[in-house]
Amino acid sequence: MNPVITRKPFSMSDQAKPAADSSTVAPTPAPRPNPATTASTPTAKAEVAFDIQDLCVFYGKTQAIKNVHLQIPAMSVTAIIGPSGCGKSTALRALNRMHELTPGARHTGKILMKGEDLYASHVDATVVRRRVGMVFQKSNPFPTLSIAENVLVGLRLNGMRDKTFLNNRLEESLRMAALWDEVKDHLNRPGMSLSGGQQQRLCIARALAVRPEILLMDEPCSALDPIATAKVEELIHALKSQYTVVIVTHNMQQAARVSENTAFFYMGSLIEFGPTEQIFMNPKNPQTEAYVSGRFG
Amino acid sequence: MLTGYARYRKYKSAFMSALAVFCAILVVTPLGLILFHLLKQGFSSLDWNFFTQLPRPEPETGGGMANAIVGSLEIIGLAMALAIPVGVLGGIYLSEYGSEKINFWIRFGADILNGVPSIVWGMTASAIAVIPFHTKSAYAGALALGFIAVPLILRTTEEVLVLVPNSYREAAMALGIPRWKIIVHIILRTAMKGLVTGVLLATGRIAGETAPLIFTVLGNDYWNHNLAQPIAALPLQVYNYAKSAYEDQHQQAWAGALVLIFMVFLLSVGVRVIATSRKRN
Repeated sequence: MNPVITRKPFSMSDQAKPAADSSTVAPTPAPRPNPATTASTPTAKAEVAFDIQDLCVFYGKTQAIKNVHLQIPAMSVTAIIGPSGCGKSTALRALNRMHELTPGARHTGKILMKGEDLYASHVDATVVRRRVGMVFQKSNPFPTLSIAENVLVGLRLNGMRDKTFLNNRLEESLRMAALWDEVKDHLNRPGMSLSGGQQQRLCIARALAVRPEILLMDEPCSALDPIATAKVEELIHALKSQYTVVIVTHNMQQAARVSENTAFFYMGSLIEFGPTEQIFMNPKNPQTEAYVSGRFG
Repeated sequence: MLTGYARYRKYKSAFMSALAVFCAILVVTPLGLILFHLLKQGFSSLDWNFFTQLPRPEPETGGGMANAIVGSLEIIGLAMALAIPVGVLGGIYLSEYGSEKINFWIRFGADILNGVPSIVWGMTASAIAVIPFHTKSAYAGALALGFIAVPLILRTTEEVLVLVPNSYREAAMALGIPRWKIIVHIILRTAMKGLVTGVLLATGRIAGETAPLIFTVLGNDYWNHNLAQPIAALPLQVYNYAKSAYEDQHQQAWAGALVLIFMVFLLSVGVRVIATSRKRN
């Protein structure tokens, strides 16, 4: 039915960013024009990666996300901040349908990714997740796989067998994750043999190896020491030239350091969204101000 | 320096510790007694002939249980070939797919089946695979032993799969890997040692079963590799010889019991080796 979200073969030329595909889809309706979004990128209007329309997420009877409208710009880093339990992780997981894995989860509203409805009935969650990668709070390399196997597992288990392609992709992905120089001489050691910070970068390399269009990060540095954190942050900076990154973080300094735009969630609602500088220096909402100045949360 | 109450507590503690040690020793004593007795009675009859020759008719002495050893291995292998796919796939269902309500009833059922006396399984297998074909057979015996192994394998499979942290499932899901590939390539692989341990434990459990074989396998004094016919089995041979009137056959029964317990012992050692290698990784 829908020509856009289908299982795409892995292109050998690589980096075939499907931005062009969206020509087949009706232009994204913008229910709530957000001046902040355009303000953040002075060069003309920013492309929208995710258009979240009136999203509500429920776990059983509890409502985790309440009527969120949000447009996440492409090719930039968007931070989601807020106190524990505010729904920021749920909001992130809704973007690649990971929240559906929780028993009893359901949602209302729409999320359009480059114009396509992620939750349309013909859309396979597996395909969505191939296009929207994710890095988790705790590094989770597969314990039975080597470093190389960990990076390539997404490609291999999706049917890629070409050896030269896989080898190239292995090196590219590890380089993108700034891990290549540290592991290139022992790619066959178990992924678990690396240090915590290296394991997290291995997980980033694993997520990048399938070349998702968007990378979601759920508190990727919360289990890392400051040096490893700095490395991951550098990496996020480097990624945004090619990727849309959405990062949930507890650490407001981190949000300020890495992101162009910041969304502040509180009690399941989106309180404020705008350029990071404005959110931290000149928040419009008193609740945002209270949170970023450390008065609660 | 100790007050009366402190001294009382000290003695009480010493007494309870001693009691615990005594009970622990009590638990392993039968094992020591059985092994000692079996070695004493059976070891003298254990020779090369025991493993290579057929049983001899009664007035003659000597001979062996070669056919029974091979027959037992055939029946056990066949039983596990039946039980492993069913048990493992059922365990995968419980761990990865089933809803809480359905799982409750399946677990409940499996736990009851685990408690069903093995002779009942023998009768069941007999009704299914002996009576309609008018002959006892290795197939029927394997069916009976398979019935016993399935719920064991089901439960251990479920337990070791549930131990695989959810973060691995999530990581694999987030890579857009299809569910069944995640199960086969990530989850089963991560839990492989636990799975093998569970299968070996189940093998050890069915290896010594005798009652179900009486109903289904019958036994055989000759070589028979037609699995649709009665076949010799070690526990059956031990049972028949132990009832015999001839001293030589009694000796053979002791030797057979020794071999049987040694097979189970080897399986336990295998389980231990696998389990400790998991810790090292």
